[in-house]
Amino acid sequence: MSYTKTYEEINEKIKKGQAVVVTAEEVIDIVKEKGYAQAAREIDVVTTGTFGPMCSSGAFINFGHSNPRIKMKKVWLNGVEAYTGIAAVDVYLGAGQLPESDPENKVYPGRFSYGGGHVIQDLVAGKEIRLEAVAYGTDCYPNRKLETIITLDDVNEAFMFNPRNAYQNYNCAVNLGDRPLYTYMGILRPRLGNAAYSTSGQLSPLLNDPHYKTIGIGTRIFLGGGIGYVAWNGTQHHPNVSRGENGVPQTPAGTLSVIGDLKQMDPNWLVGLSYIGYGATMAVGIGIPIPILDEEILHYTAVKDEDIYCPIVDFFEGYPYKKDIDLGLANFKELKSGRININGKQVVTTPQSSYPRAKKIASILKDWIANGKFEISQPVQMLPGADANIDFKSIPDRRPVNGIIFNSRMGGK
Amino acid sequence: MKNRIVLYFSAAQSEQPIIYQLVKEYDLVVNILKANINPQKEGLMVMELTGDKDNYESGINYLSGLGVSCEPLSQTVMWDEALCIQCGACASFCPTEALFMDRESMEVSFDNSKCVVCGMCLECCPTRAINLHFDIREAM
Repeated sequence: MSYTKTYEEINEKIKKGQAVVVTAEEVIDIVKEKGYAQAAREIDVVTTGTFGPMCSSGAFINFGHSNPRIKMKKVWLNGVEAYTGIAAVDVYLGAGQLPESDPENKVYPGRFSYGGGHVIQDLVAGKEIRLEAVAYGTDCYPNRKLETIITLDDVNEAFMFNPRNAYQNYNCAVNLGDRPLYTYMGILRPRLGNAAYSTSGQLSPLLNDPHYKTIGIGTRIFLGGGIGYVAWNGTQHHPNVSRGENGVPQTPAGTLSVIGDLKQMDPNWLVGLSYIGYGATMAVGIGIPIPILDEEILHYTAVKDEDIYCPIVDFFEGYPYKKDIDLGLANFKELKSGRININGKQVVTTPQSSYPRAKKIASILKDWIANGKFEISQPVQMLPGADANIDFKSIPDRRPVNGIIFNSRMGGK
Repeated sequence: MKNRIVLYFSAAQSEQPIIYQLVKEYDLVVNILKANINPQKEGLMVMELTGDKDNYESGINYLSGLGVSCEPLSQTVMWDEALCIQCGACASFCPTEALFMDRESMEVSFDNSKCVVCGMCLECCPTRAINLHFDIREAM
């Protein structure tokens, strides 16, 4: 019978400072040298990392009350609006939110210099933030207007809660059209001028645990420089896709929703981003430890860039208009080499996700665990896997026939 | 002819409609790239000046006659390593490998001597770690 370990056994070793921890990059050479069976016995934890734009991110904040009290109807932090449709002084600030004064794409391509992600980075950096709020006033919350300056220390709670992070694999974006495209994958030059890709490949959390055997609800993680947890599967979690023999998905697949206290995070690992012509967003640093419970799990963590493939997708017509244009798969090792071959043409590759930063995250997490500062946690519930047969849905195209107008901003016919 | 120049004004000069004169009297096309007047009312202006050779030279003589200092512009691309997250997007747009990604470490570096100031990197950097720096001294 093959050798197995439990979460408790690994945590005992972590507490004693005896755990053997390696990064998802280091494990590749160890396996080459020692073979799977011995490496699985010796290694307790493999750490992963990723650092790239993750638009579906944001933070809940409770400001505490003003005197007189206020039930905030609209709130702005440095001019960026936060969502207030929850309790009086609770808000949710999304990474992609723009200031109302932003010219957007009116002068194309827009610059999007500042947004929700930048506010979050400024908050975490301890900077002063202008807080403005308006309200309609009630008997219990009479205040109707508020303007002040706050820092992260002044608020009761601020926790990051990201609906979709750490995408398991992602499309490689190209432009088959004849004009430059300004997308969330960056600038795409016309006529296959470049190929933009994301994810940290062999270091990426969900590519090292392709069947979600250890990463689940409750898994303790590195989030934005602090400690966070997997809260749920992320939005658009879609595990039943085509996979290689190694189990690694060949299209975007699983995702994670993550949560963690913003007050212990670091502005180096939550960075506001501006994508010209697209919008503002935030780079989020995530690192996930994978306990080597058995040899099978070690096999998954030893995945190499050359074993990872992603689809090449046209962003001129294919992606925006959902047209099926088959451009084949790109190999991750080739993507990282700087050039890939598409239809016989050598195309320069443009990374979106930072490999050096991903590597650094895996190494920080490794140190935390090796020094006994970070224990691994057994998920309280596993994420839906491929067998859950989750259907990937789109918005149905139905035309309401009655004349009721729900939203005046939609305009009349 | 067409040149990018930097003009330095004293407080007295910066209150005069000098640019208007360049356009009206010397028939020059003026494209102002950057302008600044400091609290002491001294000013500088970075501009592209276009016109036929005689007009251009007369215009420059007019400026010199007023005591406005007039120098050719040199520009530099500045890479702020502290803001850079090492994604490497810029390196794929740089035509001269001044912004270069080492394929072993995947780290980005910048070699100013290879830079031709084409500006391709300015738009693609998501952290705006790359800026165009006009090499100008303090206003006179």
